[in-house]
Formats: sequence, C-alpha cells, structure tokens
Amino acid sequence: MTQGTMYRSRVRRRRLTGRIFGVACFLATLTGVVFLTVLLGSVVTSALSRPPDHPRYDLVGNGKELTTYLISLAGRFQRSQVAKAGFRAGIAGSLWLLGLVTTFAIPVGVGAAVYLEEFAAPGRLRTIIDTNIANLAGVPSIVYGLLGLAVFVRAFGVKTLAMGPTLWAGGLTLSLLVLPIVVIATREALRAVPKSLRHAALGLGATRWQVVRDHVLPSALPGILTGTILALSRAVGETAPLLMVGAAGSTLRVPKGPSSGYTALPVEIYNYAKEPDPAFAAVAAGGILILLALLLTMNAAAILIRNRYARHARS
Amino acid sequence: MTPAMLETPTEPPPRWKIHRLLRVWQETAIREFLRFCAILTVLTTVGIVLVLGAETLRFFQITRISPFAFLTGQVLDPEGDPPLFGILPLIWGTVVIAVGSSLFALPIGLLSAIYLSEYAPRRVRSFLKPTLELLAGVPTIVYGYLALLMVTPALRALLTPWGIRVETFNALSACIVVGVMIVPMVSSLSEDVLSAVPRGLREAAYGLGATKFEVSTRIVLPAGLSGVAAAFILAISRAIGETMAVVLAAGSRPQITLNPLTSIETMTTYIVAVAGGEAAFGSAEYLSLFAVGMALFLMTLVLNILSRFVLRHFREVYQ
Repeated sequence: MTQGTMYRSRVRRRRLTGRIFGVACFLATLTGVVFLTVLLGSVVTSALSRPPDHPRYDLVGNGKELTTYLISLAGRFQRSQVAKAGFRAGIAGSLWLLGLVTTFAIPVGVGAAVYLEEFAAPGRLRTIIDTNIANLAGVPSIVYGLLGLAVFVRAFGVKTLAMGPTLWAGGLTLSLLVLPIVVIATREALRAVPKSLRHAALGLGATRWQVVRDHVLPSALPGILTGTILALSRAVGETAPLLMVGAAGSTLRVPKGPSSGYTALPVEIYNYAKEPDPAFAAVAAGGILILLALLLTMNAAAILIRNRYARHARS
Repeated sequence: MTPAMLETPTEPPPRWKIHRLLRVWQETAIREFLRFCAILTVLTTVGIVLVLGAETLRFFQITRISPFAFLTGQVLDPEGDPPLFGILPLIWGTVVIAVGSSLFALPIGLLSAIYLSEYAPRRVRSFLKPTLELLAGVPTIVYGYLALLMVTPALRALLTPWGIRVETFNALSACIVVGVMIVPMVSSLSEDVLSAVPRGLREAAYGLGATKFEVSTRIVLPAGLSGVAAAFILAISRAIGETMAVVLAAGSRPQITLNPLTSIETMTTYIVAVAGGEAAFGSAEYLSLFAVGMALFLMTLVLNILSRFVLRHFREVYQ
C-alpha cells in the first residue's frame, strides 16, 4: 500500500515536471514569434512618428497615411535635412544590384549544380567541390566584402583592371556571396527529380544534356526558382559587404549604368540609423518598411511561381 | 510491312554523321562549360585564401609585427604614432558577443526545437515553422536598427533607476539581438535532427512508462545530440561573423572589459570602421583589414569544419 502511494506521488511529480518543461519549451518557441511582432510593431510606430518638421498625420496605424509616407520617402534623395530625407538612390542601387546578381550568380550557380548532380562522376573533384561549397556557405559576409575590395575594387592596385567603387564591383561581390546558396538550393531541387525520368530518357537515346534540358530542368524548375529567389532576397538585404566595396559613400544620384557609383537601400538605412539626431530614426524605420516590403514581394513571387509551375507539372 | 522496309541501311547517310558529330561536340562544350561553373565556386575559396593570405603577409612585412604579437597585443591604435596593432581587444569583443548571444540563444533554440519536434500539434507546428523561417530571413541591418533604437533605450529605462549607467553603444544589447538572430538557426537545424530520430525509440520508452519529458530529454535528445552540437557550433560561428547588428549596437571602442554595458569592438566592426575611414591603399591600416579578416575567416572556418566533424563522427545510426 505504501509502495502504491509512493509510486503515485512520484508519477505525479514526473508528470508535473513534464508539463512545466512543455510549457517552457512552448514559451521558448513563442519568443521568436513575439520578437517578430514587437519588431514589426515598433518599426511601424517609429515610422509613423515621423520627423517633427514633417507634415504630421495623427492617425497612428492608418495604413493609407503610412503608404503615402513611404512612397514620398522612396521618391526623395537628400539626407542633410530630415524632412527631405529619402531612399530613391538606394532603391535604384538595390534594384541594379539585384539585376546584376541575377545575371551572374544564377546561371553560374545553376550550371555548377547541374554539373555536380548530373555530369560529375563521384570522385576527387566532386568531393573537393562539395566540401568547398559547404565551407563557403559558412564564410562571414564581410569576408566576401574584403575579397571584393581587393579583387574588384582595387584589382591588387592594378589601375587599368580596377573597377573602383562601382555597381560592377558590388554586383560581382554579392554574386560570389550568394553563389553557394544558389548551388545548394538547385542541387536539392535536382535531387528531388525521380531517377526513373532520367533513365527513361537515356534509354530512348537522349544525350546527358538533352535529358537535363528537356526533362530534369523543367521538372526541377519550381524548386530552383524558389531557391534562387530566396538567395536573391538574401543579396538584397545584405549590407556589410557593400560597405566594403563602395556603397558607403553618400551618393545622392540614381546610378546611370553598371559602371557608376552607387548606394543601396540597406546601406542608406544604416546611414540614417547611425545619425545622432533621433529624428532620423523615423526615416530609418521607413526605409526598413520599404526593404521588408521588397523582400515580401520577392518571397510572394517565389511562392506564386512555385504553385503555378507545380500545377503545370502535374497536368 | 514490305521486305524493303526491314532492310537496314549498311551505312548511315552522310547527314546523320554530321548531325552526330555536332551533337557530340555540343555535348562536350556544354559539359565543359558546366564544369567551369562548378570550378568557379572553388576559385572563390582560392580567391579568399589568396587575397587574405597575400595581404596579411604584406601587413606583417610592412609593420614588422610578429603574428603572435598581433594576436596577443592589448592595444589597438591604427592611427596612432607609431600605430599599434594588437587585436586581442577585437578577439575579446568577438568572444563576448559570441558567448553572450549563445548563453541566451542556445537554450531557447534547443527548447523550441524540442517543442516543435516533440510537443507541438501539427497545426501549431505548421504555423510556427514558417514564422521562424521568416525571422531568419530578416536582414541583419534591421536587427541592428532594433538593437540601437529599441533594445538599448529599453535597457536604459530598466537599469538607470537602479543607478546603473548604460552607454549608447553597449555589448549587452548587441548580444541580445544577435541571440534573437541565431535562435531560428539553432532551432530549425536541431529540429531536423530531433525529428529524424526513429519513432520506434520513442514508442519503446513510452511502453516502459516514460513520460513525454523523459522521452524528450533522455531518449530523443541523446540520440540527436551530435546534430544539436553541430547546430550550436554553426550558430556560434554565425554570431562571430555577424556584422551589422554589432556595428550599430556595440560601437567601436577596442577594450578588454567584463562590463557588458560599455562599448566594445569586434573583428567585424573593426573591418567596417577602417573600410569606412580614410585608410590609404597599401598602408598598414588598409592591410590590417585583411589580417583581421584572415583571423575572422580562420575562426569561422575551424568552427564550420568542427561542426561537420561532430555531425559525421558522433552520429548515432539507427536502422
């Protein structure tokens, strides 16, 4: 009898520990969600409490006023006065960078992934490249900035080859940065294509490249697109390497072409955030909302494209 | 079918031959191009190592500092006369950020991984996982803004009434924000490993009368320990390489201190500060960027390799 009560009390205690632990785990998970909410909330309120010499709208939380404010921010250049501060040059620069990264990193990244998954025989070269990509993905982004500074901006001091602090240098640096991400995502998408598809095509006499072009790539396309858009959104949000390769200066103009100087949206946010005048905090918050909106649009595009192609592949 | 149709031509017509030749040529060309793309990724690494290595060597040649003195020197004053390059304060600052953020992020990340893999109902999980991924996708500059303009003022409001001085730039708010930044990484990597632990193990434990807590902590966690350890190491490596949040929140005063409420400088912030300054190309200060970058690169590389080693060699394999 005493044994029975001992057992019961212990079981009760064990269950209680379990319940407490479960609640602790749940709360730990919730911190992430809570932080995200606080983050967005505080950025929005800060953007709405806009600079004092700015025409003030009192409706905090009014989406329409906020949108108007953000659009006006997106249209302005100057940053010496709070009321005139805006992100036009940065947005243009970021879009240019996005275009350059798309043209460099995606073909090379997808090409490398196709080679590794479809052509390369398992051997020394493949092992080297595998290890290498895994390591590259862990290199801090600022180290890529140093690479870009030495190779693209200065060309080791060789004047004729040096690109200077131009969009070319920024775009190439970011391309190297996202290359491992594109390769890893594409390889995963290629691996998800069933082997039988390749065998059937090869059995009918198609060459390796024909198999890849006509069968593997089309059915891996949704996965590849999702992965590459995520990689591109990483490039858009990246700040540290751009500070190394020339975007730090306060360029006020929209770049005319890839060989002109530039600044980028996150770099401008950084510049405004570190201004000692607290009125600039609202401007920085507005920039963050523009950046988040851009990233959200890209991610939504990724999801839409994936869904659409997935339907096509099934029918 | 007429007999004529069954006859196979003894020799293919010349057009086929050309076609075939073209196809073989095209196949080789494409193959070589794709191989080139793959090799380009290796060239990136070679480029990083060469650039950092060469400029670091030149740094040591110009300044005549021994690498040992560079790593253990306690005074960093690149613009002084003579300039002093002792990066121990930078290494200290980096370690403070890495340890401080881990203290907070590793337990929370692990607990949320256990929750997601063991406790969460499917519907809650399908909501929480994407949220965590979203959190991982927020650009680091946003975290920096938050540290400087939200966390630090909050700390001030909290601690100033007690007579504790909080500097505008302080290590603590950087640690908090970097911690929040690496939580999703810890939890999603660990959760992958914990979910991969076979059901049979859990069911056997339940069958012996274990509670959910006991199954989670004494069965599932030990089974996935190598993966969890690998995730921890990767997260620490990420914290070491983190730049923007630290630049905005922790400031740039190279000092060795245990007070988390004062400004410190990390390796990454030093790089940003010097690159934003007026260091002339080829000067000792310019070259010190690469020497510090090399130290940073090696630290993260060792951690990344260690993480994969742990994952590979200490994995429990279940059939």
